Amino acid sequence: MPSTSRQGPRRTAEGWPRPVRPRLPARATFALAPLLRPNAVYRAVAARLERAPRALRLFTSVERRSKEALFGCRMCGQCALPVTGYACPMTCPKGLRNGPCGGVGASGDCEVYPGVACVWVTALERAEEAGHTDDLTRLQRPVDQRLAGSSSWVSYWLGRDEGLWTDPTLDHRTPVYLGVPGIRP
Amino acid sequence: MSLRGALASGRFAVTAEIGPPRGADREAIGRAAAQLRGWVDAVNVTDNPGAHVQLGSLAGCLLAAEAGLEPVMQLTCRDRNRIALQSDLISAATLGIPNVLLLTGDHPVFGDHPEAKPVFDLDGVQLVWTARMLRDEGRLLSGRVVEPRPDYLIGAVENPFAPPARFRAARLGKKVAAGAEFCQTQFVFDVAGFAAWMRQVVDLGLAERCAVIAGVGPVRSLRAHEFLRTKVPGVHVPESVGRRLRGVPPDQVAAEGVALCAETIAQLREIPGVAGVHVMAFGYERGVPAILEAAGLARRIHAG
Repeated sequence: MPSTSRQGPRRTAEGWPRPVRPRLPARATFALAPLLRPNAVYRAVAARLERAPRALRLFTSVERRSKEALFGCRMCGQCALPVTGYACPMTCPKGLRNGPCGGVGASGDCEVYPGVACVWVTALERAEEAGHTDDLTRLQRPVDQRLAGSSSWVSYWLGRDEGLWTDPTLDHRTPVYLGVPGIRP
Repeated sequence: MSLRGALASGRFAVTAEIGPPRGADREAIGRAAAQLRGWVDAVNVTDNPGAHVQLGSLAGCLLAAEAGLEPVMQLTCRDRNRIALQSDLISAATLGIPNVLLLTGDHPVFGDHPEAKPVFDLDGVQLVWTARMLRDEGRLLSGRVVEPRPDYLIGAVENPFAPPARFRAARLGKKVAAGAEFCQTQFVFDVAGFAAWMRQVVDLGLAERCAVIAGVGPVRSLRAHEFLRTKVPGVHVPESVGRRLRGVPPDQVAAEGVALCAETIAQLREIPGVAGVHVMAFGYERGVPAILEAAGLARRIHAG
């Protein structure tokens, strides 16, 4: 149990990731998402970008700007948005990708940022609104820290994102297949 | 009998918690353990709780075992990356720690070093998953083989009361899918709220795969009540608790808090699917036997 802190009133945290409520409504986001789905053109573009460092940097910066503005994206490089109601889990101060911690306040606020809604409370509301609640029960594999700053769209189009999460864990009578979590299938 | 044995036999399990000392005090754990010996199936040793520096959990577990109590090693993702976490799991198994309790951990901002770097390389669910792969597949996250494999019982935590409350049973489901075999909960003061969560846990089929051990603790002063209510993230203390504690003369608040704790345990025993209680008494270990006795829980068969 925590005892009282030695320096009296706690200074407000600013340096940690801060939960962001997406600017785009849930249903609209889910409606627009198929536009980014991998196809032959995107695959070809991604493959060419990988061979052209300058173009890739430009592309990545466009991705960062748009996703930052819409979702508070922190460029982890392995986007979880499609299965989190398009609320970015990397904006959680703990970067939790598997759901909320136990410290969420009674009003649904982040424990680190009182007055700011926990991003998982937002995620659940949005997933429910769009009919994608089961997605939140998927197990998310550990983040590959090497990918920070890289384009997750390129990874997605090239099929490298496929092992990021498991199927939903709804029926607990049949065990979910779990590979070694660090190794992407 | 071990915690594993108690849970396997279906006997109502009792665990307690020991907070290690901040100083290099070799006797502190033994003193607390002596109060609990014979009354609990196992004792949790916390891992720098609330992000406050203390004697390490592994060292505390060894001292608890030396004092005749089966330890549960708590391990959080707050201070260690996946290399250190896996190393600590192997260390625990090698030294014969039979149970691990795997948590995400409090944010350092609540501790005595708020300027520290939070790690959170894995989260609680991923750590449970990692521990299970280490044990059942004998592999590290890297895929490298671990031989011999560790052999520990894997525990997780859940807070039935924190928003989004309707997701909390499913969240335990994720931990169970990842490999949690027992789950200790945050403090239960709101028994009806807990029972509602427990019904969902049972309906999801989780209670048969994961033993739910409900967290309880005596609130022995109005100050402690206020602290729990306002300063500890995620603890839900209903109004009725404060009313009850304020309703007795000041010199009887402690006794009232203890009585309330015993009543809560007795009520929890009646809830279908509850496998045991976890008593968090924080420095009041001497009172734990009386609480358990008042709740109708007999001394364990093997008295240390």
